[in-house]
Amino acid sequence: MLDDKFEYLLRLGDTGLVLSQRLCEWVGKGPALEEDMALANTALDLIGQARMWLSYAGEVEGLGRDENTLAYRRDAHAYRNLLLVEQANGSYADTLARQYLFDSWHLLLLQTLTRSADERIAAIAEKAIKEVAYHLRRSRDLIVRLGDGSQESRRLIQDAFDELWMYTGELFATDAVDAVLDAQRIVADASQLREPWLAQLRETFAEATLTLPDPDAWMQTGGKQGRHSEHMGYLLAEMQFLQRAYPGAQW
Amino acid sequence: MSKQWPLWEVFIRSQHGLAHKHVGSLHASDAQMAINHARDVYTRRNEGVGIWVVKAADIASSSPGDKGPLFDPSNSKVYRHPTFFPMPEEVKNL
Repeated sequence: MLDDKFEYLLRLGDTGLVLSQRLCEWVGKGPALEEDMALANTALDLIGQARMWLSYAGEVEGLGRDENTLAYRRDAHAYRNLLLVEQANGSYADTLARQYLFDSWHLLLLQTLTRSADERIAAIAEKAIKEVAYHLRRSRDLIVRLGDGSQESRRLIQDAFDELWMYTGELFATDAVDAVLDAQRIVADASQLREPWLAQLRETFAEATLTLPDPDAWMQTGGKQGRHSEHMGYLLAEMQFLQRAYPGAQW
Repeated sequence: MSKQWPLWEVFIRSQHGLAHKHVGSLHASDAQMAINHARDVYTRRNEGVGIWVVKAADIASSSPGDKGPLFDPSNSKVYRHPTFFPMPEEVKNL
């Protein structure tokens, strides 16, 4: 039972941490100074949230692992993030499509978590929700601009959604961990978020003059169980380098 | 068409002040994007409670060369400053 909660907290924490790491790769290379800073802001928000989830995960586990140990001393197979967030940055359109797919789901999820029977989870969700509402406002705005923009921007953003689509099934997939926590009212059934999420996407895609990929297409899964794509090892190698090379190093 | 987004001037109303104050400029394709960018670039340290953005091209400005004719004449007219009136003790905070 505690293990299930630990697993679930890792999924939340790792997802934020890995996406934050991806967004940090843009720092200094953004298409405009303003966009560069906006992505860095988003990355900082996500890492702040990841710290809270992972700290709590460490406490629940009770083996003395803190947020840093969990972030820097686990290998890819022990990571529980969604496959969507570990996908490469690609072009700016790819990054924004990944961000919009994530933000729109993230806000819905946090809204349900504010009603969690676990007060700590509810409090973290409550704190994160304002940040994420802004992330969604921003990414949605840019999706509409690119979709309803030039021919080239429209093609790039449509391709990006088509490429990433197969990683969205996992957002709503549930397993034994979810079932146990659902029964205790700690989390809500994730599959229930799918319809409201699709409704939001339909609206955004219509406004952006984009074609929504087939919701019933075949979907990749496995990230939440520790089966990751080939990207994960490289991502962690960069993120964990310092703590691996100089264990316990501090500022 | 220019490849660069237009320039916008950003005004932030701080926590303590009533007036919006000029804080800098940024590039954005329209007003909505300019407000988002202003939030991301100029309010990272909790500076403000309100944002105005104005297209830099829409600002009409006095010319620095006109400084003399515009402002110097008021220097010699001290009577325009309300400093010659005796104030009753009871009136505070004036």
